[in-house]
Amino acid sequence: MNDILAGLAAALRLIVTLDAELVEISLRSLQVSLTALLIASTIAIPFGTLLAVQRFRFRRSVIAVLNALMGLPPVVVGLIVYLMLSRSGPFGVLGLLFTPTAMIIAQVIIISPLIASITHQAMRELWAEYHDLLISLHATKRQRIATLIWDGRRNLLTAALAGFGRAIGEVGAIMIVGGNIDHATRVLTTAIALETGKGDFALALGLGFVLIALALLINLGIHALSGTEREGRW
Amino acid sequence: MAGLLPLTLTDAVVRRNGKTLMGPVSLTLGGEGITIIIGPNGSGKTTLLRAMHGLERLSGGAADWALPAHEANIRQAYVFQSPIVLRRTVLANLRFPLDLLGTPRSVANAAAVAWAQRIGLGRALDTQAARLSGGERQKLALARALIREPEVLFLDEPSANLDGRSTREIEALLQQCQAAGTRIIMATHDMGQARRLAADAIFMLSGHIHEKGPAEAFFGASRTPELIAFLNGDIVE
Ligand SMILES: Nc1ncnc2c1ncn2[C@@H]1O[C@H](COP(=O)(O)OP(=O)(O)O)[C@@H](O)[C@H]1O
Ligand SMILES: [Mg+2]
Repeated sequence: MNDILAGLAAALRLIVTLDAELVEISLRSLQVSLTALLIASTIAIPFGTLLAVQRFRFRRSVIAVLNALMGLPPVVVGLIVYLMLSRSGPFGVLGLLFTPTAMIIAQVIIISPLIASITHQAMRELWAEYHDLLISLHATKRQRIATLIWDGRRNLLTAALAGFGRAIGEVGAIMIVGGNIDHATRVLTTAIALETGKGDFALALGLGFVLIALALLINLGIHALSGTEREGRW
Repeated sequence: MAGLLPLTLTDAVVRRNGKTLMGPVSLTLGGEGITIIIGPNGSGKTTLLRAMHGLERLSGGAADWALPAHEANIRQAYVFQSPIVLRRTVLANLRFPLDLLGTPRSVANAAAVAWAQRIGLGRALDTQAARLSGGERQKLALARALIREPEVLFLDEPSANLDGRSTREIEALLQQCQAAGTRIIMATHDMGQARRLAADAIFMLSGHIHEKGPAEAFFGASRTPELIAFLNGDIVE
C-alpha cells in the first residue's frame, strides 16, 4: 500500500515538473497514434462510405470480412507485421523493424477496420435518408460520397476518436514490432509495462495518468459529439 | 433550345419482388400547364411519378423524353412527399443543386438568397434546415427543386400535413412557375387543390390509369363510375 502511495506522489511530481522522460514518451505516443489515425482515416473513411453507397457483387462478404478484421487480436497483427518487416521477410530490406514507422503500420492495420466499420454503419443511415434526393439531382458517385462524408462528419469524427482510443491504448502489437527501445520506440503503454516489471511505480503511474487523461478526453469528446448529434444541432 | 417534352410512357411496368406495383401504363405528356394525379392510397401515384422521373427502374416498357437521357435528367426536378432536407443550413440546402453543377459560389449564393426570400425563409438562411417546421421544410424542398429552373417539375403530395396558409403559399408559387413555363406534374390527395390547379388530370386505380382528360371534363363529366365515386368522397378500391 505504501508503495502505491509513494508511487502516486512521485507520479504527480513527475507530471507537475514536466519530467523530460515522461514528456518524451507521451509525445512519441501521440505522434505514433495520430499518424496512424491520419493514415487509417484516409483509407477507411472513403472505403466505409463507398461500402454504404455502392452495390457490388461481394459487398456482403466484404462487410463480413471487415467486421471480422475488427476483432483481430493486436498481438497477432504485431506478429504478422514483425514477420513482414524482419530481415528475412519480404520488406526486410526497408529496415523498418523496431522503428516508429513499424508501430504506425501495425496500428493502421488494427484501427482501419474499426474506423471503416463505424463509418459504414453511420453512412448507411445517412445514405438511406439522402438516396432519393441525390439520385434525383443526378449527383455523380464522387459527389454522393463527398456529400455523405461532409454531412456525416460528426459521426466520422466519432469513428476517428474510437480508432484513436484503440491505437493509443494498444500495447501487444507495438511491443513486438517497436521493441520498446529507449529514446526510439518507447511509448506510454510499452513503458508502463516495462516500468511495472522493473518495480518503478512512480514513472509507471505517471505514464498511466497521462494515458488515462488522454482516454478520458477522447471519451468526453465522443460523448459531446454524439450529444450534439442527438440534439440535431448540426 | 430543344424542349424536353413530350414525355412518352409506353406500356411502362414497375414490379417489385414479383408484385406489379404499376402498369402497364401508356401516356403522353406534352404541352403546358399542371397535370394532377389523383387516386386512392396505394393506387400507384407515387410509383408513376417516380417512374416518369427515372427513380423507379421499369420492369417493362419505356419512358422516353424528347431529349437523350443525360440531357433530360438535369432539366427536371422532383419534390418528395416527405421533404428530404440535408443536414445543412437553409442557405446550403438551397444552393446544393447548383453546387453539384459547379455553379460559381457567388452565383449560387445569390440564387439561394433570392429563393429564400421568395419562400419567406429570408431570415432563416443560417438556420439548420432540420430545425424548420414541416411547412417550412416543404417550401425549402420546393425552392431547392426550382433553383435549377427545371422545365418539368414533379411533386408528390406537396401539401400533405400542411396548414391552409402554407398550402395557399405553395399553390401560388406553383401557379407562378407554371405561368413562367414550367411543366408541373403533381399527385395530390386534396380534391380542392386538384380542382384549383389542374389543367388536366389522371385518375389512378390499382396501378393503372383509370381515367384521364382535361380538367373540365374530368371533374365535370367523369365517365367512369369509380372516378365519380372517388370525387364524391366515397371509398374506392
Ligand atoms: N418499395 C416498395 N416495395 C414494395 N411495394 C411497394 C413499394 N413502394 C410502394 N409499394 C406498393 O406499391 C403500390 C403503389 O404505391 P404508391 O405508388 O406509393 O401509391 P400511392 O402513392 O398512390 O399511395 C402500393 O400497393 C404500395 O404498397
Ligand atoms: Mg404516394
